[in-house]
Amino acid sequence: MRAPGGDTRLAPGDVLLSVEGVSLSFGGVKAITDVSFDIRKGEIRAIIGPNGAGKTSMLNVINGFYHPQQGRITFKGATRQKMRPSVAAAQGIARTFQNVALFKGMSTLDNIMAGRTLKMRSPFFWQLFRHGPALTEEIAHRKVVEEIIDFLEIQAIRKTPVGKLPYGLQKRVELGRALAMQPDLLLLDEPMAGMNLEEKEDMSRFILDVNNQYGTTIALIEHDMGVVMDLSDRVVVLEYGRKIADGAPDEVKRNKQVIDAYLGVPH
Amino acid sequence: MSATEAREPPMRLTATGWTLVALAAAVALLVVASLSGLIAKGHPLDTLFVDPFRQMVDAPDLLVQTIWEGLVSGVLYALIALGFVLIFKASGVFNFAQGIMVVFAALTLVGLHEMGVPALLALVLAVGVMFVLAVGVERFVLRPLVNQPDIILFMATFGITYVLIGLGELVFGGNPKQMIDEQLFLPKGAIELKMLGGFVSLQKIDIAAAVIAAAMIAALAFFFQHTRIGRALRAVADSHKAALSVGISLNQIWVIVWFTAGVVALVTGIMWGARSDVSFALSTIALKALPVLILGGFTSVPGAIVGGLIIGVGEKIGEFYWGPLVGGGIESWLAYFIALAFLLFRPQGLFGEKIIERI
Repeated sequence: MRAPGGDTRLAPGDVLLSVEGVSLSFGGVKAITDVSFDIRKGEIRAIIGPNGAGKTSMLNVINGFYHPQQGRITFKGATRQKMRPSVAAAQGIARTFQNVALFKGMSTLDNIMAGRTLKMRSPFFWQLFRHGPALTEEIAHRKVVEEIIDFLEIQAIRKTPVGKLPYGLQKRVELGRALAMQPDLLLLDEPMAGMNLEEKEDMSRFILDVNNQYGTTIALIEHDMGVVMDLSDRVVVLEYGRKIADGAPDEVKRNKQVIDAYLGVPH
Repeated sequence: MSATEAREPPMRLTATGWTLVALAAAVALLVVASLSGLIAKGHPLDTLFVDPFRQMVDAPDLLVQTIWEGLVSGVLYALIALGFVLIFKASGVFNFAQGIMVVFAALTLVGLHEMGVPALLALVLAVGVMFVLAVGVERFVLRPLVNQPDIILFMATFGITYVLIGLGELVFGGNPKQMIDEQLFLPKGAIELKMLGGFVSLQKIDIAAAVIAAAMIAALAFFFQHTRIGRALRAVADSHKAALSVGISLNQIWVIVWFTAGVVALVTGIMWGARSDVSFALSTIALKALPVLILGGFTSVPGAIVGGLIIGVGEKIGEFYWGPLVGGGIESWLAYFIALAFLLFRPQGLFGEKIIERI
């Protein structure tokens, strides 16, 4: 498989995405207030915080589901305030969802193939007959998808409709679909939620492998602190929509505000 | 990873199962009773439950003719239902305007021809009009109303209905028109088949309708199954947000779906118009798609087809054999009756996914 993220201008360690002064509110409810942080190429960046801290809203802002009222987002050097999700996807941002969003009626294979949508270019006319360039293209993409299937060890469920799969496997298929986009930035929203220990270990291994083998930059939201501390290079902590800490896992772990946010302050 | 295939639960009779068993027992009892002469000819039970079947056996050619007529109208119901299903799947909208789209498409075709446009060019232009309609609906209805509750989108399709009626009458006039079937090289006349000791007559236009509908449905199925856009359509049908996250543009998909439904409407309009005439009265027939959808499930294309055929045949057989008992004219409501019975036993439809709610 070709290394995901064909972007050669950025070297590992350069800023891939920066969020500057982003604020988002729904009516009177402030979901995010003036948050800034950056994600560097090649790192695993964790976003943590108590429930309702605005973590998922942040991911939704990054991939264009939500449009912040204030602030700027710079991705691969291009700044934008408002962007549609399909455009964000075309620029190389892939994601998974907190409560698995798969195409339930479609097979594992078709789900992951759907991740290749943006890479397919053959003319509509040929597609109608599944012939000529369209067929060649389909075969090439199928090859990439089969490699992802091997990588995630889901060969046995290739043809199973994903709605029938157990939750842990659905999460894996969802990761596969995001990988099929060969993204520059992979956003994972609680990739291990609801998993048992063994499944968590598998998923952690896949995340590390994606990061190591393909150099994919990953931003993830996770509640399991052990996992976060083991996986991530840097951690940003949100509470009530504000950033309260940002740094290496060890620093963050000792931060007074973070401890207070998680454990509560004695009165 | 071990047990990926769920094991089927052991067969057990549910309440529905017992009802069916009871029905089967009752039918068996009736047959035995009538054969043994317990129920005489003329007895109400005989007239209702046995005599119609006796008639079917006595005049098989009439039965075949009735079934054929049923299949033909069934194909047309199926086509209308197909338009509904396409749009419902991809945009979650129950498109009340589908019936009017059938009339509007046919009216555009005939109206353009009346204005002096050659028939085949008018056909191409009518397809073009359906495309413009799809773009318009996406731009001015779906896009501003995205993420609104379903009921609001449903109401919006009422709006589309009246806009299309008004537009059609304004441009082409409200009087019924003749379909230009000859100019479109559609066959006329009938074929008489000698069979089963009698004659069965098949209208050539009906045969053409069945063939064209089958070809169109096959093409659509292939398109959905095997192309990038087909895959994207199915993806959008399953989950909007997941589709967005892999870079599928909802707006583009909506245009494609409404255009496809528009083309299906045009074909339906031509076929239906060729059997009667092109007028806004046709749109009430489109309501017959409702029982078809209940039978077939709102999200299933094969369901729409099979459901259409069942309703078509059921309606004609009911009218021909049982209609006289109540003075005829049951064709107009029998379809809804069948659908109601179906709702009791299989609310998700023949091919719909079983509804399991997690609570």
